[in-house]
Amino acid sequence: MDEALLRSLTPTVLGVLVRRGADFAAAEDAVQDALVEALRVWPADPPRDPKGWLVTVAWRRFLDATRADAARRRREDLVDEEPAPGPVPAVDDTLQLYFLCAHPSLTPSSAVALTLRAVGGLTTRQIAQAYLVPEATMAQRISRAKRTVSGGRLDQPGDVATVLRVLYLVFNEGYSGDVDLAAEAIRLTRQLAAAIDHPEVAGLLALMLLHHARRATRTAPDGSLVPLAEQDRRRWDTTSIAEGVEILQAALARDRLGEFQAQAAIAALHADAPTAEETDWVQIVEWYDELTRLTDSPVVRLNRAVAVGEADGPRAGLAALAALDDSLPRHAAVAAYLHERDGDLATAARLYAEAARRAPNLAERDHLTRQAARLNARWGR
Amino acid sequence: MAKYLLLKHYRGGPAAVNDVPMDRWTPEEISAHMQYMHDFAARLEGTGEFVDGQALAPEGTWVRYDGEGRPPVTDGPFAETKDLIAGWMVIDVDSYERAIELAGELSAAPGAGGKPIHEWLEVRPFLTAPPTITE
Repeated sequence: MDEALLRSLTPTVLGVLVRRGADFAAAEDAVQDALVEALRVWPADPPRDPKGWLVTVAWRRFLDATRADAARRRREDLVDEEPAPGPVPAVDDTLQLYFLCAHPSLTPSSAVALTLRAVGGLTTRQIAQAYLVPEATMAQRISRAKRTVSGGRLDQPGDVATVLRVLYLVFNEGYSGDVDLAAEAIRLTRQLAAAIDHPEVAGLLALMLLHHARRATRTAPDGSLVPLAEQDRRRWDTTSIAEGVEILQAALARDRLGEFQAQAAIAALHADAPTAEETDWVQIVEWYDELTRLTDSPVVRLNRAVAVGEADGPRAGLAALAALDDSLPRHAAVAAYLHERDGDLATAARLYAEAARRAPNLAERDHLTRQAARLNARWGR
Repeated sequence: MAKYLLLKHYRGGPAAVNDVPMDRWTPEEISAHMQYMHDFAARLEGTGEFVDGQALAPEGTWVRYDGEGRPPVTDGPFAETKDLIAGWMVIDVDSYERAIELAGELSAAPGAGGKPIHEWLEVRPFLTAPPTITE
């Protein structure tokens, strides 16, 4: 069964129900029921018209739920005069759904969960597994999110930036369970790019594609991290890189630079280098300067210090680092790397060990511990 | 979105403000305490922040490998073990601040005299999956 097709129909089906008069929360529940039913029934009995099937089943579920809910008896009116499924501007509906699910009144985790369910068509169980929380907890998180936005309407313009932040989170965080969240984020961003013409949407899509292209080489078979400079570049996905570069170039040509385009430009320069030594670090530093102007984020300044270290030598990198607060996440790791490049192995080993203690995830901690151990073995402790 | 462990110690942490052993409470005070813990977990389930909650028996056994073909060596429990874990709650929240806020509420569980215990809870972040975007 084509689960991707099934999921891609979710926002359209939801849009149909809302246009027929169902409120967002009830319609979303009904669509979720229909998706779960489709996952059960379609493998043995695939429908000829998947979208029509989903609309029919979801609408029936909505009516059943409405009938069952005595407090909502007023909606019986809808039952009696079921509207014909007239022409539906599916693209607009989809865009409005993105805005609603990323509404600024939602916390990031709620917006992520709601987007994955209402726009992405994932089941609550799949989302719960991806974020390693009990299904009951995820169900509550989603229903609270729906209550929060239920006053919102589907015809109000939203803020693209909030939607992009949610999609970025889906791409960047989460565990690889049954659902490939990175691939799902790319699919959702692609779908968004089809619904709205916006250079930052294109920038984020390019950024995702360029990073996704390197995915197979980012971890060794044993799960340990492989740093960019040591990745096997012959295994990078050139199709994905080419698509990302093309999307990025078209976006940059419109001269409305934003942070995702700048980040994608940096990723493109890495993707473009046949070997790590041939990386155009001077241009990368320039893009980090642009990013600093756009975001003024300390994390960007930290990454810039690494790039400066590559472009102008480790001393220059350390000088750039000296201006930054050493409590920043990964500050010690960057300092360790620059000190090692500068030949101060004792300091580097000490800083790698400190960085390992402060690492926010297991893979990074193990990687940093190995770096410290490697230097300690060479340096003789 | 980050998971935190709220760790409760039998001993090992600083003394609570209302530091009376549970066996000196009245049965009603114990019931009130249990009810508070239960309500707290139920509330977090409702907010979509609850992941897990477990309590541990105070006495455990120490075990170690003793070489090929031999059964593991066991020892203890040791009365002098300084740090003794009583149980935990795992939460999945949007920020560190939220984790601290919730730990503060959990520490207010009622004890002797029906007053908050003000016990010290240890808040430990989980190590996460590595991010996809690294530079």
